Amino acid sequence: MKIMVAIKRVVDYAVKIRVKPDKSGVETKNVKMSMNPFCEIALEEALRVRESGLASEVVAVSIGPVQFTETLRTGLAMGADRAIHVEAPENIYPLTIAKILKALVDVEKPGLLFLGKQAIDNDQNQTGQMVAGLLKWPQGTFASKVVLDKEKQATVDREVDGGIETLCLDLPAVITTDLRLNQPRYATLPNIMKAKSKPIKKFTLQDLNVEIKSDLEVVEVTEPPKRKSGVILSSVDELIDKLKNEARVI
Amino acid sequence: LSTLVLAEHEGGLIKNSSLSAVEAAKSLGGDNSISLLLAGSGHSLKEAAEHAASSHPSVSQVLIADSDKFTYPLAEPWAKLVHLVQQSGGYSHIIAASGSFGKNVLPRAAALLDISPITDVTKISGSNLFIRPIYAGNALSTVRYTGSSPCMLSIRATSFPVASETADLKSNAVSIDQVDLSTLDEDESVAKSTYVKLSAQISERPDLGNARIVVTGGRGVKSAENFKMIDKLAEKIGAAVGATRAAVDAGLVPNDLQVGQTGKIVAPELYMAFGVSGAIQHIAGMRDSKVIVAVNKDADAPIFQVADYGLVGDLFDVIPELLEKLPEKK
Repeated sequence: MKIMVAIKRVVDYAVKIRVKPDKSGVETKNVKMSMNPFCEIALEEALRVRESGLASEVVAVSIGPVQFTETLRTGLAMGADRAIHVEAPENIYPLTIAKILKALVDVEKPGLLFLGKQAIDNDQNQTGQMVAGLLKWPQGTFASKVVLDKEKQATVDREVDGGIETLCLDLPAVITTDLRLNQPRYATLPNIMKAKSKPIKKFTLQDLNVEIKSDLEVVEVTEPPKRKSGVILSSVDELIDKLKNEARVI
Repeated sequence: LSTLVLAEHEGGLIKNSSLSAVEAAKSLGGDNSISLLLAGSGHSLKEAAEHAASSHPSVSQVLIADSDKFTYPLAEPWAKLVHLVQQSGGYSHIIAASGSFGKNVLPRAAALLDISPITDVTKISGSNLFIRPIYAGNALSTVRYTGSSPCMLSIRATSFPVASETADLKSNAVSIDQVDLSTLDEDESVAKSTYVKLSAQISERPDLGNARIVVTGGRGVKSAENFKMIDKLAEKIGAAVGATRAAVDAGLVPNDLQVGQTGKIVAPELYMAFGVSGAIQHIAGMRDSKVIVAVNKDADAPIFQVADYGLVGDLFDVIPELLEKLPEKK
């Protein structure tokens, strides 16, 4: 079985972002970019399945401008066998991304598609669900545990509002990964060197016959309202007094 | 305008977050007929449908999908259901609350309808103009939907509180109609996922998403044993218990208590954080609370930047003192 993993390049999670003065978006120039943390977890899980012998190949896919190939190199250094880069503008919406992924699934025919549950830039949490719908595959979103068996099924623990929900999915399936699924590995220096010679295949949107659907328009991006600064109190008594008589919440 | 609200129910009652979705539907514009869509099977669905019909004065129709395929809220049949109902109903908007159900179902349904959904909306500024947080709430994005109908949204329940006059239920009967499910199986994915179980923590305390007071413990609490102090305090003041990702990852508490960018979003009247450093991903989940109290040994902890009342001190001294001096819940 082949596993496909979708990977997004985002502003590194440790960077404190700045809204552009013209309100057109968030500053991404001269800012450290990294693989989306949820995508790292998705890739790690795919690698573990391959290492357990239940998959033969892991293909990493990324959709975006040419810099996205750097992120794919990171994925190859972590252990992906090969990569696919689909050249596309930045900031296309999940519906188009899902259509591109479906087109690649039609080419590659993987038995599993792993994605991060959301990207930490736009926090949309849509793409996995959408591609599963387009493919008519079952979906296991927000996975915190994945167990595959040879009967061509995946048992997935999902983090839901009321606790942990367990589903059984017939393969092929789409699985989106939550934070507690695993701890991604670091790429070692020898593997980073090896990754340089691994193949990255290029596709264009025309190759895949996908058109960008633009049914959304970002009007502006602004900073959230600041909370007015609070006070540091000196004792529990003072705190209880404030809560009772000033804030009136207890 | 006509809006379809995807509703969740439990124990024969519509969930509060789904009523928040009705509130959101109301704010889309004046002349809006709102239909609630429920799915399930048998008696509990029937009970929930009756509750739905009198749950909110703005609801004008209740649609029910009764099938054993809906005994559990699986995304595959639900997405197809939304597709079917949209084809016959031609709604201008479809809304769900962005809990784990809405996050799971709405985008899949949107893909079947070839629509770009707008998820986690915190403000509705017009029938096609919405505000949603990005970058863990460190920026707000205003988006306009310019595509064809339906416009599909998931809304953050804490941003659309249910108005209290909702209690004055109107007496006129709202019609309860069955959805024709004869073509549900056309989507071959419907039979490909099976529900196994839900491992839930049974708790007497208020639900984290709707509680008036939330008491949260962070990594500073150090152990599951120590976390019982947080529980005790919550019990005394009638609060729900929350936790940071660090506390969940360290195994102090189960994941469903996590507050933050990838956990639950809360906005209670009072949020009390103990031993919480204040990572941006955590702040994203609680910044809209009305009053924030932070107790931390480290005077430089970022949590103090968002706290209305800060106390620099050891939580192991402060919590016992609070337990002794705070009044019992009313």
